[in-house]
Amino acid sequence: MNNARGPDDETLGEMLARRGFGRRSLLKFAIAMTSSLALPPLVAPAMAANLAKARRRSVIWLSFQECTGCLETLLRSSTPTISALIFDFISLDYQEALMASAGSAATRTLHEAIATNKGEYLLAIDGSVPVADGGVYSMTGGQSNHAMLVDIAANAKAILAIGTCAAYGGIPKAHPNPTGAVGVEDVITDKPIVNIPGCPPIPDVLSGVLVHFIAFGKLPELDDRKRPLAYFGTTIHDQCYRRPFYDQGKFAKSFDDEGARLGWCLFELGCKGPITHNACASLKWNGGTSFPIESGHGCLGCSEPDFWDKGGFYTSLAGGSGTGWRPAAVAAGIGVVGGSIAALTARNRARPDTPPASVPAAAALPPPAGTSP
Amino acid sequence: MNLLEFARGPGLQAASLIMIAGIFWRVCGIFMLRRRPQRAQARHPLSARLAGGAALIATRFIPRRAFWTRIGTSVVLSTAFHIGLMLILFGGAPHILLIHQITGISWPDLPKGIVVLASGITLASLLALLLRRIRHPVMRLLSTTDDYLSWAMVFLPVLTGVLLSGETVADYGTLLALHILSVELMMIWLPFGKLMHGALVFAGRGAMGINFTRKGAAT
Repeated sequence: MNNARGPDDETLGEMLARRGFGRRSLLKFAIAMTSSLALPPLVAPAMAANLAKARRRSVIWLSFQECTGCLETLLRSSTPTISALIFDFISLDYQEALMASAGSAATRTLHEAIATNKGEYLLAIDGSVPVADGGVYSMTGGQSNHAMLVDIAANAKAILAIGTCAAYGGIPKAHPNPTGAVGVEDVITDKPIVNIPGCPPIPDVLSGVLVHFIAFGKLPELDDRKRPLAYFGTTIHDQCYRRPFYDQGKFAKSFDDEGARLGWCLFELGCKGPITHNACASLKWNGGTSFPIESGHGCLGCSEPDFWDKGGFYTSLAGGSGTGWRPAAVAAGIGVVGGSIAALTARNRARPDTPPASVPAAAALPPPAGTSP
Repeated sequence: MNLLEFARGPGLQAASLIMIAGIFWRVCGIFMLRRRPQRAQARHPLSARLAGGAALIATRFIPRRAFWTRIGTSVVLSTAFHIGLMLILFGGAPHILLIHQITGISWPDLPKGIVVLASGITLASLLALLLRRIRHPVMRLLSTTDDYLSWAMVFLPVLTGVLLSGETVADYGTLLALHILSVELMMIWLPFGKLMHGALVFAGRGAMGINFTRKGAAT
């Protein structure tokens, strides 16, 4: 009898032990993750236990209309932490940019992964889905992204829409949207979907969602836009370290003025933090180094739907779209014409106020006493 | 398009155009109304009549001593909320920013604490004036829908502005949308109700002062 176990049979606990992480490390990680996912602290031991005995889960990753920035940020996030090792633990069975095989061999791998893990694999998508003109604007192996998504999503346990493009259409959907780009949720409506928006998304958010899925076999609690509530429940503004300056009314007026050097709020320079839900201000980027506002630039609101078409990046939220002088002049003209017609109509209806014949004209009267002539 | 995008875009544009057209409609209509011809000779020359107009604009801010006991409370409360409103509108950083983005004109903003204080005084004054209007039998009798609607159109933007400033009750985006929409409602209502006094009050007082001086009456 052969007792040899393949890598697919290895539990996460065994893999971590093999890499030098003990049970205590896993428990610490579980505590951090329960905190990150806004779960009760008492869940941590159960999460650690579940993670320790969890087995590899198949992930099929499809890239559609995208710039590969989402994949890049996830790859570049690697640090020797359990969080990073979660990415090693998943069985990434298909990812065109990373896999060695190509062409028909890659397609065969895809079909094998689907057949082997039918109904159990996670489907990860980055990039928007072009649907205009039969979806011809983005094809893989002669199949449109739309057709590919519909086929493969049918047997997926859940779908992760990674990045703003996959979640809401993103930049490809920006006006005039020539390819008819849409998000995954606009195509697939009968499967559990988690949107992890961001341009790019924060890697820790993806690892948090994966940990939750691996530990509990279900997706974390989502908000009304299908985003993990734990990471997208508050705005960047709510957690921004410059928030006290906003509350004090201290705003940088330009990127190089005294206020900017003193780290004052960037609201007047167009920061979209107050209406952007994401965890940038708390999780930060590059191993917790900083996030855009900390680097001196306002938030672009990249994790919100249609962020590219919401006015200028340097236009303050307090501003709005003015009417322009020409429409204002037309409105004034309409007012003048309307007011004149109304006044003339009123004059014609009123009795003419003619003086009686017996009253002499003012000029004919002598000036009152004590007045200048 | 969500609520905030509507408020900042088409909503703001439509409200601005309706307000502009409405103000011109009212002003033009007033100028073109039939006036009784002046049969009496002027008591004073034009320069004195203009000075009389300017004087009446100023003197009407303070009621006659004989009326103080009856309308003093209303005058104080009204003055407080008008000054508060001016401080909020022309001293609040976001408002200056909006004016700057639309017209290119800008000026230094007031400290946030002063604007918050002005907002509190304005809200309290407006509530007190409403209570007085409801409780006073004569004022209640004289009040029309226009009075209550105009009150609401001023109260709502201040209230939503205070909520937005403190970011309570709802998230920033929702509060900002509600604040802008409440301002847009006020802009739309302004030319058609008593809020129009904002554009006519000084012209009306000035014309009355000129007329008084012409007839030799005190201003």
